Order: sequence, then C-alpha cells, then structure tokens
Amino acid sequence: MGFFDIFLVEALVNGLLLGGVLALLALGLNLIFGVIDVAWICYAELVMFGMYAMYYFVIVFGLSYWVAAPMAIALIGVMGVLLHVLVIAPLLGTAPINQLLATGGVLFFLQSLATVAFGIDFRNLGIRLPTLEVAEVFVSYARLLAFGAALTGMLALWLFLTRTYTGTAIRAIAQDREIMALMGVDTRRVYVITSAVGGALAGLASCLLVLQYDVHPFVGLSFGPITFMICVMGGLGNMIGGFIAAFIFAEIISIGGLYLDLEWGYVFAFVFFIAMMFVRPEGLLARRS
Amino acid sequence: MNAIPKGKAGLWAAAAAALVILPLAWGSPYPMHIMITILIWSFAYTSWSMMGRFGLVSLGHGGFMGVGAYVTALAWNNLGLSPWLGIPLGLLCAALLALVVAWPCFRFRITGHYFALVTLALSGIVLQVIVATRGLTGGSLGYTPDRVPGGSSIIAFQFTDKSTWYLIALAVWAMGLVIWYAVQHSMMRYALEAISEDEDAAAAAGVNVTAEKLKITVISAMMTALSGALYCQYQMFVSPDSVSGIAISLQMVFAVVVGGIYVALGPTIGAVITILLGEGLRIGFGPAAVGWDNLIYGLLLVIFIIFLPQGILGSIMSVWRRNTARAAA
Repeated sequence: MGFFDIFLVEALVNGLLLGGVLALLALGLNLIFGVIDVAWICYAELVMFGMYAMYYFVIVFGLSYWVAAPMAIALIGVMGVLLHVLVIAPLLGTAPINQLLATGGVLFFLQSLATVAFGIDFRNLGIRLPTLEVAEVFVSYARLLAFGAALTGMLALWLFLTRTYTGTAIRAIAQDREIMALMGVDTRRVYVITSAVGGALAGLASCLLVLQYDVHPFVGLSFGPITFMICVMGGLGNMIGGFIAAFIFAEIISIGGLYLDLEWGYVFAFVFFIAMMFVRPEGLLARRS
Repeated sequence: MNAIPKGKAGLWAAAAAALVILPLAWGSPYPMHIMITILIWSFAYTSWSMMGRFGLVSLGHGGFMGVGAYVTALAWNNLGLSPWLGIPLGLLCAALLALVVAWPCFRFRITGHYFALVTLALSGIVLQVIVATRGLTGGSLGYTPDRVPGGSSIIAFQFTDKSTWYLIALAVWAMGLVIWYAVQHSMMRYALEAISEDEDAAAAAGVNVTAEKLKITVISAMMTALSGALYCQYQMFVSPDSVSGIAISLQMVFAVVVGGIYVALGPTIGAVITILLGEGLRIGFGPAAVGWDNLIYGLLLVIFIIFLPQGILGSIMSVWRRNTARAAA
C-alpha cells in the first residue's frame, strides 16, 4: 500500500466527518463543564437514550425521522434538566470529585435501565443512506449529514451564547461564578438552562449517530471515554480547543484504523491523549505560564 | 490509638480464627466460592481505597488489574514462566505503567477530576490493547491459562480445591489490611492528608508532594495487579471486560464509596454488599435479573454520595465514636 493512495484520502475524509460528530458530542460536555464546572461522566448514556428514543419514535410509533428528531432532542434536554436537579444540584457545594462519581453512578443506572427496559438486542432504524462517490473517494451520506448538522449545531450554540441575554449570562457565569450571583443573576436558573441545552446537544448527537450505528445499552461506552478525552485535551470548558481536539482524534483513529485495526486507532488516540496531557496539561490552546 | 487494648486483642484473635476455621469446617462449595470472590474483590477495592482516601481518585485501576491478570497468564502460557515469577512480573509491569502515567501527572499538578480523566484514558488503553492484540490474548473472547495435568500444582499456582483458594484469598486480603494499617500509622499518611487538603501548603511545610503521591500510587497499582492475577488464577479465565476498562474501574469506586472510603474494612463491606446483592438477585430472579443489580448499584452510588458520603461502615463508626465520646465526657 503506497503512502499517498486513494485509501488514505478516503480515511482522511472519513476522519474529518467523524470529527464533526465527535466535536458535537464534546460541545455539550464542554458547555456543562465551562458553566457548571461539573463533568457529566454519563453524557454518552444520555446520547444512548436519545438513540433509543429515535428508535421508538421512528420504528415503533411510525413517526417520520424529521418529526422524531426534535422530539428526541427535547426529551434528552429534559433528561439533562432532571440530571442537574436531582443529582448535581444537591452536590454543588461539595468536592468536584463527588459530582464526577455521582454521575458515574448515573452511568451505571442508565445503562442498566436500558438493559432492563429495552433488552440487549442491537437495534437500528433500518434507514440505509446511499454512499456518495467523489473522484473515487467513497463517503457515507450519513456521515456527511452528521458533519453538516454538527457544524450547524455549533453555529446555533455560538449565536445563542453571543447574541442573547441568557447566552451572555451563561458566558459571564463561566468566567466568574461567585460574582455573577452578586450582580443579580439567578445562577440556579442559568444552570438549569445550561443543562437543558447540554442535554439537547446530546439529543442532536443521538439523532445523527442513530443513522450510522446500531443502538444497544452499552453503546455509550464506545464513544463516552473518547468524548471526555477530547474535552480534556481541548481544555475542559474550552469549546474551540475541544473542536480542534475532536478533529485530531478522529484523524488518528481513522488513519490508525486504515493501517492496522480500528482498536489500534483507539490505542494511538489514547496514547496521544496521555502524551498531550504532559505537554499541555491545561489543554491545547492554553498558554503555559 | 496505636496500641490495641488487651481485651480487644483477644477479640481480634477470635475473629481471625473464626474466619479461618468456620468456612473450612462448613466446606460447602457454593458459599465457599462466594467467600473467595468477596475476599479477592475486597482486596482489589482496598487497593483502590489506598489512593482514593487521599483524594487521588483513579479511574485507571481497571487497567492495573488487567495488566496483573494478563501478564501472569501470558507468561505462563507462552514462556512457561511459573506464576510465582509471573505475578511479580505482572506487578512490576503495573508499577511501571503507574509510574509512566502518574509521574508526569503529579509533576504537572494534574489533580482532581483532571487526574480521574487521565487515568480513565489509561483503563481505556489497556482494554483496547487487550482487544487489539487478539492473536496473543484472545481479544474480547477472553483468555484461559493452560491447565496442568491433574488440575492442581503449586508451581503452576493452580488448585482445584476450594479450601486452598479460600486460605490464599484470606491471606492476601489480610495482607491488604496490614498494608492499610501500615500506611495509617506512617508519616506518609500525614503527608498525604496534608497534600489532599492543600498541595502548596504541604510543599511549603517540606513535604515532597510528587514523591509521596507516587509512592502510594505505585503501592496501590501493584496491589490491584495482584488482585487481577489472583482473580485470573482462581477463575482460570479472564476477559477484557471482567478485569479491565472503565466499568471495572467504576465498580471499584462504587463499592468503596458504599462501604466507606476512610475506614479499613469499608472496601470489604462494599464488596460483601455488592456481591451478595448481585448473587441474591441472580438466584432470586434468574435471567430476569440481568441489569437489575447494576441498576440498584448505580442508584445506591448516587444516593450514597449525596446523603452518606462516608459510606455505611464509615457512618456507623462515626456515630459510634460520637456516642462513646459523649459517654466518656
């Protein structure tokens, strides 16, 4: 296999498209972290529930994909709010590690709830999107759609954060948690809104992932850890850093998977992550003090 | 606090004798199997709590357990190396892995949830390497150490007799508690407690922050690797999901938090509760119970962290101490 061949180009393009979805996943997590200073370990499990919601709406209730998607997004948004109100809010004053572990408990809970409620069968929507061929490079239409929707979602979030009053309050809280309460901002309300938006982003990601992957109770484990690493590598709470990190990760996985196995792609990505933590512990875009 | 009063010493000796003799006298295989499993996991959870109780929350211990189990089994099958040498080799590998990951972490002051996430990557790497090198390790199908003819051999560290395993597991578990107490009564404990309160202040007071944290991390990683090797030798089968990865790492955290992170027997209580709960559901409900045990674990973990962060044993002990202090006053 030559170094610059058509497979490499295809892997690069697929990596780019995978990067879009990973960036979207990282975006919601980063928003929650930047504003509430909590890492939702169970974020990927919310995505898993969104995928099941899509499956039930489309296959069991026979709704069209375009009707089901907003409903799934809203549903996961509500789950985000519930997670915040029931688990995070009582722990806000305690050590950050307690919040991390509590969401770890939620991870177990949601995974088993899915096992008990939906069984361990693999399910999919049965929608087969065609493959696009551009100059001998095969690109999955589902991935292209996911990439486009991921970029749109990110743009919408950016507009929300910079153009609306609530968005400004959210950004202000991310900068200084204590002061904003004194400035008359109801931090609890902002936290709830942020959780809803973070959940909705997980919901959007699930609508896109369900087109490419089968859903089963443990699907969260296959992209949960990698989403976390992307956020940490980009600098937790730093959305642009997370965005760049997502594409680097996706390319490593894609190209590693081309020359060896997909698992080796993941191994390289993880090793790269640990190496980067030593070079830039504060994240890709941080300035070393 | 340091010296155990005479009356108590007798009580401890009686408890230890009962632990050795009673199960052997009873001798029924299934309860014996449950006891061995509880002891091995208790030791693994104790190993995790060695670090966890000083605020060093690692989600990478599933990785150390996997290294201990797989290195021992691979050395036996491929090199013919007896587990008596293979286990130390596995422990050494785990210690090296711990050093490679932890040293830069501590050097660059990666603490709190950043540390948890870096170690999370570690358990992910070990899991993926085991799956990726499926030609050698059998991948996700799992791996079996070659059996010796006859089934039992001291050199191969394989025993068909459950009582032998019970005594081994009991001894290792007791060793874990001894290490716990040794740390409890050492200068290291004060240094690590100071570090977990405020690293800068501890450094200013002359504590070598990086060295102290590294010491406890390596101890904890090696103990965890030993539990993995024992688990593999006892079950004669390991799979990546049963000894490595994020699920096992979270399971350790869960059991320790439920039992009590700051008391010696907390992890043991956690193991007893989680294993009995899992087995009870399995016997009571059969295949319908699949998933329910983890559902209850997850719910309990959240409830415990919110309402009872000291864990069951920790809370009981602090109430008891408060009452005895009041009675004395």
